Amino acid sequence: MEDKKSLRAPVSQKPHVVPKPEHPEYLGGSITVEINEKKLTVPFGTTILEACKQAQIHIPTLCHHEDLCVAGVCRVCVVEVEGMRTLQASCAFPITAPIKIKTTTNAVRKARKHIIDLLISEHYGECYSCFRNNNCELQSLAKEYGVDHYNFGHVTQPRYEVDNSSYSVVRDMDKCVLCKRCVRTCIDLQEVGVLEAIDRGHNTHIGTFFDKPLAEVICINCGQCINRCPTGALRANDPRDEIWAAIDDPTKHVVIQTAPSPRAAIGEEFGQGAGKSFTGELNTALRRIGFDKVFDTNFTADLTIIEEGTELILRLYKALVKKEIVALPQFTSCSPGWVKYLEHFYPEYIDNLSSAKSPQQMFGALIKTFYAQKAGIDPANIVSVALMPCSAKKFECNRPEMNSSGYKDVDYGLTTRELAQMIKEAGIFLPEMPQSHFDDPFGEASGAGLIFGATGGVMEAALRSVIEFVTGKRVEDVYANADITPVRGFEGIRYAEIPITEVGPVPKLLQHLVPDWNWLKGATLKIAVCHGTANAKKVMEDIKAGGKFSECHFIEFMACPGGCLGGGGQPIPTNEEIRKKRAEAIYNEDKSLPVRKSHENRHVTELYDMFLTDGPCGHISHKLLHTHYVKRGKFIA
Amino acid sequence: MLVVEKNALSEEIESYVEKYGNDRSALLMILHEIQKKHRHISEFAQQEVARLLNIHPVEVYSVISFFAFLNSNPKGRNLVRICQTISCDMKGKKQVVQAIERELGIKIGETTKDNKFTVEYANCLGLCDMGPAMAINDQVYVNLTPEKAVELLSKVK
Repeated sequence: MEDKKSLRAPVSQKPHVVPKPEHPEYLGGSITVEINEKKLTVPFGTTILEACKQAQIHIPTLCHHEDLCVAGVCRVCVVEVEGMRTLQASCAFPITAPIKIKTTTNAVRKARKHIIDLLISEHYGECYSCFRNNNCELQSLAKEYGVDHYNFGHVTQPRYEVDNSSYSVVRDMDKCVLCKRCVRTCIDLQEVGVLEAIDRGHNTHIGTFFDKPLAEVICINCGQCINRCPTGALRANDPRDEIWAAIDDPTKHVVIQTAPSPRAAIGEEFGQGAGKSFTGELNTALRRIGFDKVFDTNFTADLTIIEEGTELILRLYKALVKKEIVALPQFTSCSPGWVKYLEHFYPEYIDNLSSAKSPQQMFGALIKTFYAQKAGIDPANIVSVALMPCSAKKFECNRPEMNSSGYKDVDYGLTTRELAQMIKEAGIFLPEMPQSHFDDPFGEASGAGLIFGATGGVMEAALRSVIEFVTGKRVEDVYANADITPVRGFEGIRYAEIPITEVGPVPKLLQHLVPDWNWLKGATLKIAVCHGTANAKKVMEDIKAGGKFSECHFIEFMACPGGCLGGGGQPIPTNEEIRKKRAEAIYNEDKSLPVRKSHENRHVTELYDMFLTDGPCGHISHKLLHTHYVKRGKFIA
Repeated sequence: MLVVEKNALSEEIESYVEKYGNDRSALLMILHEIQKKHRHISEFAQQEVARLLNIHPVEVYSVISFFAFLNSNPKGRNLVRICQTISCDMKGKKQVVQAIERELGIKIGETTKDNKFTVEYANCLGLCDMGPAMAINDQVYVNLTPEKAVELLSKVK
């Protein structure tokens, strides 16, 4: 049972949740119920909805979401329970007695139809002009229950203004059906707390503090609410029109970088099921759409590893050898949602954030400097697009400090969903595309960059390099197939210790920074990985209290559950099963790559030879590849 | 808001938290205290409550927006609530409202310029047998006529 103090609603108002018995086979552990006159034995405390799922009886749901706590507010899932006066919401009814359930009676069908009808009567907008057309849960429910005209009327005028103040999330409350999934996502799943139900009765709407625009409140732009919204009330800020205009403009050189997660998920938008990567097909499709160059963000992910890894080594060197005071543990800075979360909620720990930019922003800076030079193109004419699984990346590329090339480093952040739409607009069916490679000069990337997409990936990629740098041994000799399994998986917080028993020579890349590795001999590298800001909060509170995580050296944080592959720009719907399949796709692709360590990527070493001549964390790289952060705090002005 | 005022308000809220505890279930009591003293719960006060109870500001705002007797914007010194439900309506609420609106020169939901009155509708005051009913601050008045209502207002300081 949850700690009573942490409960968001008083116990009396919480849907009744009964903990399941540890041993369902013991006496009283299981109950036999009758669903539509069929007998079924389920563990004590199973909800009717779960029981029906086991019996393969379909129950429509709307406010229910696997990632979120029970709400029971939409009533679409009502069923008849014998002996009870009213219909019961099956998602919030734990079975504690041998009841008889009926799911197909006239009363149930009629009630469900009326409920959906009533939901639609308050839902403003036309389906054909909605971005969720064909992927809308309300629409499919209406179809399922044959709601073909407005029995209870229909709103004809919008009641709310669309809030598009945020770079990332657009809120159109006219399409909201008050299922409160976004509220539960924001408060319970992510513990950011931007959205709540405001006002009462007919005036109820989902709003922010004082109904301020989203850009003015403490939103971290993670976009998890978008992924869980059943209708089109929440969407990402869509730059498609601007990108099409740039593509159509012959004077513009439009380049796109693609992150690892979208390729593992974009197939879902084309009805391909989760867990299949379309890297090669995507490259071809992007060229056919009209992008002049297609680059791989994994390349700068590799670069991030070298920069961030070097930064870690430097911090450790300063702390252990020079006995200086440095901020440890070092936090990763790839996830812009997490960065903004820290800036708001734990600004005092800003120095712990790695100053290395995220791969997207590193690439942006390189495209408008190194690539522009090499290709002989005026950077003013380059339009740099980033395909990301993320809505927060749209905010990140608009940060005022992200212009180290002298121009806006990344012009547009594009999500997986929006790109799928562009591909469709171009008349392309992605799965049938021939495969092709990425463009040079950043053509090849390592598997280490690829696994950035899954939670634990940044840590694994960093370890693959750091272990080789320090011990001089091959990672494959330490971990089978270079799969560092202790940091993989989907548990919210993972912790691992890596003892350094022997040290090797310092590699050439780092020789100007540290003389030898002897100071690391016998040390134990303590690391942690966490995903979802609710877990990040736990880790941060532990660090504040001086717990075990405060002794860590390096911690990976990802704002979204599952890491980037569960990002706010990924195809809808999302749940744990889908996220696991996407992770599998990423890890499988990593296995198939010839180069799987960032420092073995020859383009990266070339870049350090030719362009970033003073090495990792050197002067040039500091100018282009590192950034600073803002202490934002929690106060809403 | 001046820093001194902010500090005073913070201290005041801290004293309420000390009194009622920092559990989230103490929220309503604390809000009532603030409402009683300041006649509204300002943006700053809401964030302070959220900080001290370790909840999100939007949750505090959500609660305040739910309850008619809590408000986040300043209102007049005297609050006039007129029952708008059906039995009061049938007994001539409309005429009473019109008389009050004429007398004060404002519409329902507004505040007089001198900040003396705010007039609002309230849902059932529970005096359906004695309608039309109206509450001025904490005092309830029944069997109203337009004349009686205006007279009652003139007695308010």
